[in-house]
Amino acid sequence: MQITKEALAGTLESSDLFVRISPTDGPLELIVKSEVEHQFGDQIRHVAMQTLARFEVSDGATVIIEDKGALDCVIEARLEAAIMRASDEETIKWGTRL
Amino acid sequence: MMNTKNQTNGTRSQGQTTAHGELEPFTTFSAYSPYLADPKAKLDRKIVESIEEAVKRSGLKDGMTISFHHAFREGDKSINLVVDILAQMGFRDLTLASSSLVSANAPLIEHIKNGVIRKIYTSGMRGKLADAISHGLMDEPITVHSHGGRCALIYRGEIKIDVAFLGVSACDAFGNANGFSGRSMCGALGYAMVDAHFADKVIMLTEEIVTYPNAPASIRQDQVDWIVQIDEVGDPAKISVGAARATTNPRELLIARLCAEVMEHGGYFEDGFSMQTGTGGSSTATVRFLEDRMNHKGIKAAWALGGQTGGMVDLHKKGLIDTLLDTQSFDAVAARSLAESPKHVEISAHYYANPLSKAAVVDRLDMVILSALEIDLGFNVNVLTGSDGVMRGASGGHCDTAAGAKLSIVAAPLIRSRIPTVVNKVTTRVTPGETVGVLVTDHGVAVNPNRPEVAERLKGAGLPVLSIEELYERAIAITGKPKPIEFLDKVVGIVRYRDGTVIDIVRQVAE
Amino acid sequence: MGDTPVTLRRSMLFMPGSNAAMLSTAFVFKPDSVMFDLEDAVSLREKDAARFLVYHTLKSSLYDGIERVVRINPLSTPFGRDDLEAAVRGGADVIRLPKTETAADVEELEACVKEIELSCGREVGSTMLMAAIESASGVVNALSIAQSSSRMMGIALAGFDYVTDMQTERGDGTELFYARCAVLHAARAAKIDAFDVVFSDLNDEAGFLREVDIIKRLGFNGKSLINPRQIELLHRAYAPTQEDVDYANRVVAAAEKAEKEGLGVISLNGKMIDAPIVENAKRVISRAKASGVRW
Repeated sequence: MQITKEALAGTLESSDLFVRISPTDGPLELIVKSEVEHQFGDQIRHVAMQTLARFEVSDGATVIIEDKGALDCVIEARLEAAIMRASDEETIKWGTRL
Repeated sequence: MMNTKNQTNGTRSQGQTTAHGELEPFTTFSAYSPYLADPKAKLDRKIVESIEEAVKRSGLKDGMTISFHHAFREGDKSINLVVDILAQMGFRDLTLASSSLVSANAPLIEHIKNGVIRKIYTSGMRGKLADAISHGLMDEPITVHSHGGRCALIYRGEIKIDVAFLGVSACDAFGNANGFSGRSMCGALGYAMVDAHFADKVIMLTEEIVTYPNAPASIRQDQVDWIVQIDEVGDPAKISVGAARATTNPRELLIARLCAEVMEHGGYFEDGFSMQTGTGGSSTATVRFLEDRMNHKGIKAAWALGGQTGGMVDLHKKGLIDTLLDTQSFDAVAARSLAESPKHVEISAHYYANPLSKAAVVDRLDMVILSALEIDLGFNVNVLTGSDGVMRGASGGHCDTAAGAKLSIVAAPLIRSRIPTVVNKVTTRVTPGETVGVLVTDHGVAVNPNRPEVAERLKGAGLPVLSIEELYERAIAITGKPKPIEFLDKVVGIVRYRDGTVIDIVRQVAE
Repeated sequence: MGDTPVTLRRSMLFMPGSNAAMLSTAFVFKPDSVMFDLEDAVSLREKDAARFLVYHTLKSSLYDGIERVVRINPLSTPFGRDDLEAAVRGGADVIRLPKTETAADVEELEACVKEIELSCGREVGSTMLMAAIESASGVVNALSIAQSSSRMMGIALAGFDYVTDMQTERGDGTELFYARCAVLHAARAAKIDAFDVVFSDLNDEAGFLREVDIIKRLGFNGKSLINPRQIELLHRAYAPTQEDVDYANRVVAAAEKAEKEGLGVISLNGKMIDAPIVENAKRVISRAKASGVRW
């Protein structure tokens, strides 16, 4: 999936996260800043990369996550919302990506 | 041997006295109390113009120990002010033995860096100061003690207070002070009372000098050496950030309701019981739920211990708690009640919790509700370090009350954002698990296996009783398994149990 | 005698589908049902994000043990179909259709649900439906709506839109008198559950309890709730007293004794007990088990 425009999703409230995706010419870059970095930083990156892979975002984007202790299910949901908003894909491909 | 210096020219000095053996012969009435011969000094001799002057008179030297009380908590203005002045006066290598330190003490960082403070004893610390020390700011590790444990360290002579600086809202010209006169009343002075008693020299900092006698006196004229009037010792509005407010947070209410049910059914809810509930939204709400249950069962509490709050005062006024024993008042309602109610009694930290004293109130406590940053599978509790290993709390009366109470109840949400409260092993052990009876979380209740009778009672009452392992598994299932924090070798804090023994150490966190 | 366990549906907690913190924690309050809202509680610009949040919350095990209802946007809006995909694929127990006017609305929904079930491999018929009635015509059509599908588990009255449609406003309950009775009768005739309106003044506990007392006596299964604080109050109000439980136990014991002895007539203290009384006694016991005894 092609990232074509900058998009945001989520909030900076506790148990949530804020995601910003921007199109670039380079490889996929993931930047994570988290309140629970020490304990869950690796896990957050893992979930984020898996979600990006499900949506076939493999390059041409910078993804910045500011995490406030969100659970994995929230991280996936926020990323998906941001990816959809940042792409030109109009319809959700139920059954393939979700 | 005293001779006749200070003699005045009055007629009495002319009189002949007779020595009797080795005893000193009388010379004049003011030989040992020269101020009595000076009408101004007689009344105002303790009042000095500035903190500098008081410090000079105290004989404070490099390497000595200074102390403070923390009754104003985040509103304290005395500690930073005094240490600034001591720095300007050129003191070095002091030991700071404040009953506790708070976020507002961040300016101390500079005075640690510049060598004014070399060693710290405290019940806890928060904010930037705690962060800097956790990251290795000091050469010597700080000592963290409980409220009772501080008294024990003083008893044992490990903490020898050379000069205590005690901020009060008002005192008279002789230094009689209580926590409810003047404009910045902080309520009970239970920590300051200890320092006033044990310190070599006592410098009282006051906002106001009131008519003699300022009675009743918590800190008495026979304990105070000098008095300095300053603009502001503390802001009582910052004592309790939200402690007195009734919570509307559904999760806090859920935990509070469970706490009240555990208290009701744990086996000690009988006429004449005693309790301590602490502060914070959940505790305040617990008190409210408890009121219904006391009325329903037709019972009253003989006494409540604290850290008193408006919620406790409310029950006291309604006749549901006969006596309030108070070491520090967490809000203005409690401070006023201390002034007004003859059965709202101020007690020192020594009387409250010192394990080496002849009797501590905690010895007689039935039930206590305590907090936790972490609790592990052995019911050991951490109230000092956060899940990132950084100090951000206080030992307080946690291990004191847990040790004394018939049933100690730890209340905490199972998960805070993504951080589980129930862990395999606590980052720092402050209170040993053997003294913790019940854990109450928003996901259910766990009872220490060393209290099977309590578990039976709670199950019988239909409470959601799980094993602590089950609570742990539940937390991990939701959050995922947290990666252990990395520490360096350097020790930044030594945690002392209430009797002075070392129960754990805090190491510098890796960055 | 019906031995099927009574599914308790006293409390249905509403939760905005866009609120990550609430979705991540509210299961601790143990409502009987939770309703993830994609409709009115979610602003237009967050409809997409809320849908993903609800989908992943459903996929997680957070709400195990609690019946999970999703309120979708009407199928006539651009959001309805994707909401339904997320809910059915996520594994929602129940789809709640808002603003239901006629049985045809439910039939349309049922067709879509079936299509999605087939497409994602979910057992056809495993997704239950419920309809919210929010207008005069909905109330008038309540019976046919309640009977519109075998998937229907309940109907709910939604007060705010209804009173607006009736050109009145919320008050002491007089304004809902007919609607409550009509919806309740439709539900009972169709043998499904009935849920009362939300009570929105969080600080008026006494008012909330007065309303609960009315709807409990009318016969509603329960109520929609907007704050977790109301759950305990509601459950306690629905809990039987110790006297009720003691009597119910005696009734059930007498019934069991009669059955064992092969007697057609059950008697307790010389009074004849008939089947509805036994059924009611069982309900009392199951409520006591779920929420304890009131004092």
